[in-house]
Amino acid sequence: MSANQDDANLLEVRGLTKTFGTLTACDHIDLNVAKGEIHALLGENGAGKSTLVKMLFGTLEPNSGEIVWNGQAVTITNPGFAKNLGIGMVFQHFSLFEALTAAENIALSLDDGSPISTIAAKARALSYSYGLPLDPQSLVGDLSVGERQRIEIIRCLLQTPQLIILDEPTSVLTPQEADKLFETLERLRSEGKSILYISHRLEEVKRICDRATVLRHGKVVGHCNPRKETAASLARMMVGTDVQAVVRAPAQGIETAQPLLEIRALSRKPATPFSIPLRDINLAVRAGEVIGIAGVAGNGQGEFFESVSGEVQQQDAASVRIRGKDAGGLSITGRRLMGAAFVPEERLGHGAAPRMKLSENLLLSRHATDGKVFVGAGGMVKSDAIYAAAQRIIKAMDVRKSTPDPEAAALSGGNLQKFIVGRELDRRPSVMVVNQPTWGVDAGAAAHIRQTLIELARSGSAVLVISQDLDELFEISDAIAVMHNGELSKPLPIAEATFEKIGLLMGGAEPGHAEHALETS
Amino acid sequence: MMRLELVKRPQRSMLFSALSPFIAFVLTMIAGAILFALLGVNPLKAFQIYFIEPVSQVWQLHELAIKAAPLILIGVGLSVCYRANIWNIGAEGQFILGGIVGSSIPVLFPQFEGPLVLPLMLLFGMIGGAAYAAIPALLKTRFNTNEILTSLMLVYVAQLFLDWLVRGPWRDPKGFNFPQTIQFNDSAILPELMPASGRANWGFVFALVAAVLVWILMSRMLKGFEVRVLGSSPRAGRFAGFGINRMVFFAFMLSGALAGLAGISEVSGAIGQLQPVISPGYGFAAIIVAFLGRLNPLGIVAAGLVLALTYLGGEAVQSALGISDKVARVFQGMLLFFVLGCDTLIHYRIRLIGFAAPKLESAPKLEEAR
Repeated sequence: MSANQDDANLLEVRGLTKTFGTLTACDHIDLNVAKGEIHALLGENGAGKSTLVKMLFGTLEPNSGEIVWNGQAVTITNPGFAKNLGIGMVFQHFSLFEALTAAENIALSLDDGSPISTIAAKARALSYSYGLPLDPQSLVGDLSVGERQRIEIIRCLLQTPQLIILDEPTSVLTPQEADKLFETLERLRSEGKSILYISHRLEEVKRICDRATVLRHGKVVGHCNPRKETAASLARMMVGTDVQAVVRAPAQGIETAQPLLEIRALSRKPATPFSIPLRDINLAVRAGEVIGIAGVAGNGQGEFFESVSGEVQQQDAASVRIRGKDAGGLSITGRRLMGAAFVPEERLGHGAAPRMKLSENLLLSRHATDGKVFVGAGGMVKSDAIYAAAQRIIKAMDVRKSTPDPEAAALSGGNLQKFIVGRELDRRPSVMVVNQPTWGVDAGAAAHIRQTLIELARSGSAVLVISQDLDELFEISDAIAVMHNGELSKPLPIAEATFEKIGLLMGGAEPGHAEHALETS
Repeated sequence: MMRLELVKRPQRSMLFSALSPFIAFVLTMIAGAILFALLGVNPLKAFQIYFIEPVSQVWQLHELAIKAAPLILIGVGLSVCYRANIWNIGAEGQFILGGIVGSSIPVLFPQFEGPLVLPLMLLFGMIGGAAYAAIPALLKTRFNTNEILTSLMLVYVAQLFLDWLVRGPWRDPKGFNFPQTIQFNDSAILPELMPASGRANWGFVFALVAAVLVWILMSRMLKGFEVRVLGSSPRAGRFAGFGINRMVFFAFMLSGALAGLAGISEVSGAIGQLQPVISPGYGFAAIIVAFLGRLNPLGIVAAGLVLALTYLGGEAVQSALGISDKVARVFQGMLLFFVLGCDTLIHYRIRLIGFAAPKLESAPKLEEAR
């Protein structure tokens, strides 16, 4: 920030502004990244982090403002130009071809015509020297998410960037893998490279970042040294107010409660060459409790959710039981009619139709369960009734929006997620299965959603939460099971669970735990 | 070296979305003027003959309604398919099968007369069209074949089947070997609406009723909601518990039934018997109608009238100026081209990319209007 640092700044951003229609996603952003520092870009979802980074990487064009690179003003018109300057980017969602090898994927992005064997050799050497061992000949489809991230990082490093932008890199890693990544980042810093580290995980920002720029609603609200801040003070800067802590009332009488959701010996063959088979999964969720399922992304959580929800049905009707009755042969509508509710991971395009209004999206999951209320004679939709119900949910969940009944795509991730969760809670379901309840949701909304899930359980429902966010699972679960390579570990009561233990299970260690003893204690 | 790139616009303009069909129409006019000029005809005079004269008298409006009826009926059905993201290109074949199956009653039972004949024929026509449309639906759901190809290929099967029927088993034995069936008896003829002023028949009423009903279906009913969800986000549709396979059958058979109804209405109303060719490409022109009408049943009524005019205008310029009536096809093709082009440019803008060295520092661009 101070003027005397200017000569050492690798990247300076001055007054960068980007508007989409009436929304100002980035409003006169100033940002300096010095040579050889790890600079955190903190902010809630919708704060403008992605928009800012996309402008730096040339995929979006700013409306005004300037970008100064090594003391020279530049207009970054496309990613190729950014790469030539020396800006590399590792995206949150990988862009790899699963049917190609790691080396082939790297070669595709290098675009310099050198033979694959040379690239493979370089990649291997580089990966080992940075402690990110990678076999360039392995098929991407066979690799874990952590390994795929390595390919992205190596691919980025091969272009010898001076600035590396990492977008939420630890969101797909086990705690142990994250530690490894931090070592690599520190190593890169010691070589004089700069890193722009985007995250909302405050603990890790405090741990590895030298400076932080905090964004809120498209504006810079502060620059700070994260090491001198507390997680609470950083959160306050990000959110603007104090974030309410989630309260988990002790579960009572769970031992004697009826299991409302039972999974018995659920197996599923992989649907595509690159999807994960489910192997003999057993689980019971009783009335009144929240069970969390941890696991690194891509270990079968999506397949598991589809099987439990009934989007994919089972041969064996008894493999999924809801409220004591077999449900494996029923469709998702049939399972909803038995009292179950589901919230999928993807909000846009799965949990909600992006181009449809919120009231129509209410109808999406409730046209059958509330058929009498929402659908009249001859299949006519009662638009007044769905509108009123949508407004009730919007109020109950504090969904912020610009018009009374906007399209789903017009809402921020957090607000849409509040609506989608609220849509199901409004039914008072006796079984609730949620995949990634707060993925990409801002802290305030996340706390709200977590609290409502706990309250639903305490009011006598069975709640199953699949999440990659360990903090979240520790906050809300009464027991945590771990999914690894299509197998589910025995649930660990929250009192016995530690990050260490869960992390090891996530990495596939202790196969003994993967034995499915049904009887607990 | 330069290349073109389509860049997605962050927001589409509501104004231009609404204007798009009109802009496309104007562009078609301009291109048409150039076309006429190249043919050595004064464009203004040609337009006068093409677009004004065919609708300057009441009986001509009846002719317009006759041409518009099948276009609207088929277009309305196709709009349901396309909204569901199901690509039925074979309405021409479904139209023909509707005509054949509906005609089976007066052809095979010429003695059967009375008020029941016509409703039965119309019903048979719809069943024939729906059943024929069920074939690509079955192939798609069972074998995952591409419905664009199968439905299109079935058009040629239908055309040849009709050709064989009227030359073979269904040929009028007293017809001097002309390839046609017997003339339908009077109770098998679709009545005219206002015989005093022209020959428009009840087919046009069917078209208007179908447009209103489908509009209600799509905008007010759960089934229409299902169509829109599955068409725009299939995964969300699966989450809602809507079956994609059921939808494929529903959309194909609904549009097939409407195409079949159009077919039998055309045969029993405008023609009065089966001939080797019963459609001047209505099934294909209706694809243009559906898109020109923005897949909205009420817009399709207007678009159907416009397309009908291109048919009448084609005939008019042929007789008045000696230009081939294929010019109608050219107009229809240009219209579809410009509609799709306008729609694309509403969603994307074109960027010219040169292989220039990276630019250094350019002043921030002035914000474009809004």
